[in-house]
Amino acid sequence: MDFIAILSIFVLACFVGYYVVWSVTPALHTPLMAVTNAISSVIIVGALIAAAASGSLGSKWLGLVAVTLASVNIFGGFAVTQRMLAMYKKKERPAAAKH
Amino acid sequence: MEHVAVNPWAALAYLIAGVCFILALRGLSSPTSSQRGNRFGMIGMALALITTLITHVPTIHVLVVGQAEDVDYWAIFSRVDPLALLEILAAIGVGAAIGLTTARKIAMTAMPQLVAAFHSLVGMAAVLVACAAYLNPAAFGIVDPFGQILTVSRIEMGLGVAIGAITFSGSVIAFAKLNGNMGGAPIMLPGRHVINLGVLAGILLLIAYFTQDQAPWVFWTVTLLSFAIGFLLIIPIGGADMPVVVSMLNSYSGWAAAAMGFTLHNTAMIITGALVGSSGAILSYIMCRAMNRSFISVIAGGFGAEAASTGGAAKVDRPWKRGSAEDAAFLMSQAEQVIIVPGYGMAVAQAQHALREMGDKLKEHGVRVKYAIHPVAGRMPGHMNVLLAEANVPYDEVFELEDINSEFAQTDVAFVIGANDVTNPAAKTDKSSPIYGMPVLDVEKAKTVLFVKRSMGGVGYAGVDNDVFYMDNTMMLLADAKKMVEEIVKSLD
Repeated sequence: MDFIAILSIFVLACFVGYYVVWSVTPALHTPLMAVTNAISSVIIVGALIAAAASGSLGSKWLGLVAVTLASVNIFGGFAVTQRMLAMYKKKERPAAAKH
Repeated sequence: MEHVAVNPWAALAYLIAGVCFILALRGLSSPTSSQRGNRFGMIGMALALITTLITHVPTIHVLVVGQAEDVDYWAIFSRVDPLALLEILAAIGVGAAIGLTTARKIAMTAMPQLVAAFHSLVGMAAVLVACAAYLNPAAFGIVDPFGQILTVSRIEMGLGVAIGAITFSGSVIAFAKLNGNMGGAPIMLPGRHVINLGVLAGILLLIAYFTQDQAPWVFWTVTLLSFAIGFLLIIPIGGADMPVVVSMLNSYSGWAAAAMGFTLHNTAMIITGALVGSSGAILSYIMCRAMNRSFISVIAGGFGAEAASTGGAAKVDRPWKRGSAEDAAFLMSQAEQVIIVPGYGMAVAQAQHALREMGDKLKEHGVRVKYAIHPVAGRMPGHMNVLLAEANVPYDEVFELEDINSEFAQTDVAFVIGANDVTNPAAKTDKSSPIYGMPVLDVEKAKTVLFVKRSMGGVGYAGVDNDVFYMDNTMMLLADAKKMVEEIVKSLD
């Protein structure tokens, strides 16, 4: 892919982000931060490439540390988001419970 | 400038992962669809992880030398390096264990710190990946035929390492401030604006120079300066401006991921980076608007420090009324509608559960109970909503400022707990007030205002006195928020 193709993806994704984030309800802004945190750890892709590559021992170990850090974030981020989202409940309707 | 050929299936998988991430954020438009959204996020991440593990499996080259039919031969075979693969899986396992334990154990009131800590990890990971790419550019397919790193990649790498380092050190300071390891008060260095701008300019110039000379000193100086500027940028910012800071760092962690995505030509990283970057930017904007302050003034820091030192002189003793838990219980039980206005003080006192109990008791008395949330209540966007959700307050009883503000005039009791600046009418009337123009909750329009506060001495973060304290229809409930609410609950029986 050439630079312009990648830049196009980036610019369009910024617009998608803009509209998607504005539609997030303010009540869920904390989970939004937690989940964006988790997904920005997709940087683990770069870490995995470094960790798997041969040729530089330093690069490999930096990669392994980065894999660990990003994994903390991925698993922790999604888990804590899940925990928060499970807490948001609607009012129980007494009438609906009976019928 | 030809890149290493990209496996089309892998590229497709990364694209799908990116789409999953968009759907994850889309799900957050309502609580009912949010959990499904989160699962999309997990699927996307699993897809990106597995694709990378398969396409970049660690290999070793084995040289086989032999002799057959009197002819010497040699051959090089590539095969999976089980030890290296094990190391990678172990790294993921360790990270997963730490992450899952933390996520399970963390108290909801500590969520702002946790998010700051997570941001610092993304920042550090970005720095480490950029360093790894600098040390071993061939592995990332970013070298030209002469073994030099491609010019475009140098800019991307320089930006990636700089943004990552700023995210890291900034988040560490934000964490320390939110977690109480460091005072929340702004720390002001003399001439800090000059220092900060100088360091920022230095970083940009060095990245520009990096395109001409890929010497190690350039790269490492950019890294070190960026760590320093992240630290310098956040220390002058006070505790209550943390919602903006946390959102801003969220944005940075996204841009760092995007910069590395450019280096790796990876669509999943670029899409994610753009999403997270714009998400953080929009949240910062919403927070700034809710305080009627420009982003620049928040970043410049020092808010509250000046006002607190000058405001002391003008202080006069004004009469105010003190109430007891019994008075409050009586007033609220007679009310038709009560609006509860929680703020950071509620989080500090961990009063959310007691508050929900109070709400339940009031409902038994036939009182309509609603909650009003100011966008900057608490230490991060949506902080109050999470705490109320944790205490099992149904989310359809919780309202945003613009949806509920007109209702105060028809409300019998406004119950303010741990909030101050966000209720201050001076923001509407007093042009000289530092919070003038900030949208506030019109609690003073309610028939009675019950104001839970630790003592009369302290003022809010902005360092300004609140006229609501001294109004005829205000009753001050001076006590620890949680104890006061618990006593009210007892009196309601």
